[in-house]
Amino acid sequence: MNANEIRKDFPTLDQEVNGHPLVYLDNGATSQRPRAVIDEIKRFYEEDNSNVHRSVHTLGERATLLYEGAREKVADFIGAPGPRGLIFTKSATEALNLVAYAWGRHHLAPGDEVLISEMEHHSNIVSWQLACQDTGATIKAIPVDVDEGILEFDKLDGLLSNRTKVVAVTHVSNVLGTINPISEISARAHEVGAVVVCDGAQAAPHIPVNVVELGCDFYVGTGHKMCGPTGIGFVWGREEILEEMNPFHGGGEMILDVWMDRATYNELPYKFEAGTPPIAAAIGLGVAIDYLNDIGMKAVHDHEVELGKYAMQRLGEISGIKIFGPRDADRKGGLVSFSFEEIHAHDVGTILDTLGIAVRAGHHCAKPLMRKLGVPATTRASFYIYNTKDEVDRLHDGLLQVQKTMQGGLGL
Amino acid sequence: MSLEELYKEVILDHYRSPRNKGTLNEADIELHRDNPLCGDEIDLYVDIKDGKIAGVSFDGKGCSISQASISMMTEKLMGMSQEDAEGLANTFKAMMQGEDPQDEDSLGDLVALKGVQKYPVRIKCALLGWNTFLEGLKSYREKHGEPA
Ligand SMILES: Cc1ncc(COP(=O)(O)O)c(C=O)c1O
Repeated sequence: MNANEIRKDFPTLDQEVNGHPLVYLDNGATSQRPRAVIDEIKRFYEEDNSNVHRSVHTLGERATLLYEGAREKVADFIGAPGPRGLIFTKSATEALNLVAYAWGRHHLAPGDEVLISEMEHHSNIVSWQLACQDTGATIKAIPVDVDEGILEFDKLDGLLSNRTKVVAVTHVSNVLGTINPISEISARAHEVGAVVVCDGAQAAPHIPVNVVELGCDFYVGTGHKMCGPTGIGFVWGREEILEEMNPFHGGGEMILDVWMDRATYNELPYKFEAGTPPIAAAIGLGVAIDYLNDIGMKAVHDHEVELGKYAMQRLGEISGIKIFGPRDADRKGGLVSFSFEEIHAHDVGTILDTLGIAVRAGHHCAKPLMRKLGVPATTRASFYIYNTKDEVDRLHDGLLQVQKTMQGGLGL
Repeated sequence: MSLEELYKEVILDHYRSPRNKGTLNEADIELHRDNPLCGDEIDLYVDIKDGKIAGVSFDGKGCSISQASISMMTEKLMGMSQEDAEGLANTFKAMMQGEDPQDEDSLGDLVALKGVQKYPVRIKCALLGWNTFLEGLKSYREKHGEPA
């Protein structure tokens, strides 16, 4: 694949910021969208706009076909056995909450344990805390080995027991880039009868995903990090589990019949999609998936590994920098988190912005992990299909400028 | 905005060599505050004598904007009456919130921080010290009554 060609498909990338050509390295927060996605959303609103599933007219039929077509694309993309277990949500956050509420609240009881990890995003921590508060279950976490940037696997067996009802772990860490061995985790969790929830928000955009091979019971993703629009996410769940679950939200679409005192629920996946869904966003996500499939997810990952390696090498040349996460770029997603002893991440982020370089500086919605790493915040450069080695060089030079600005007079 | 416009020399100077850093033995106001979201921290010490600020110092860590703003604040507050200090704090807050206060000139060097406005997430960094001061002053008055 040729990143310089791919760039041309992304209108936002073609601009100057603060007088410099934009270097967009905040893909972990959200990716940019290719023109095909933007155009399709506009086309849909101009030509096919209608509600789905409830209108007998032509536009309603077209909208429904497109929306259900998008569901099939997402299901195929993550290797799901079929579209019935694929539920659209508004984000990965909502998807995780769906599982924690609709499954967690009805299956957890006092004495039960939810096993997460120390490298989770807040959405995969707090949603379980809420479920635990309501049910009397408690949370445990697989520790992170800070030096290696990986989960401490030898602790897993000690943490798993027949009290463990859920294991909820991220596929790829949004801070460290670590790719977690989900299939091994699933196998061990299933031995004790736990359900496995995998947060794929940072994985599905970057590496080939197959939920059958991963062996998980739920897999969560989000459109806006994978070239799609905001306002659309998804959770795939094993049909047997989804069938016996209670709904998440009540409303239209999710029912078969309603009386004043009760209702019967629609079949999968509609049982979990109350109300009018984000139709245009789902259709846009379908186009984003076509776009990624055209490139090929293996090629996407290879490109990011190459950039990751180059970034580790170039940033490693900078004195005083501390890089977090696995050192082996082959074993991680295309992102690098780092910090400087004497310089706050916000200064790094703001100075880079004045040089036209967009990175994320902060706690990345992973405060427990920040505490473990012993820093208030890190700076994260996260790559995608359109980033180039030249941009990594710009980042490197920008960081030298950061050091010069912040430490100038003292000659530190 | 260019690097030089935002990170003005006076800001960097206060960040690199903060003024009035350390603790005060006799402090009427002693308050720890932080921005948990970004990790900026401050311990503020203020000594008040005859209604005036007789001593002020701070300890802290965090980004250059938060620490420079606090350092500049301590320089400004020294010797001020409580009312003037409160007025200055409010003028500074108004400037940072984009309200173009009429007495902006009274801020002197502090105007250098105005560029931070363009980065809304960092305005709270610039305000940390000032909000801590105002909060401390309020509880001091609740304890000691308004100045005569
Ligand atoms: C690992 C991880 N999980 C969940 C989320 C939340 O995704 P969303 O923005 O779709 O709610 C993010 C995004 O920030 C993430 O990085």
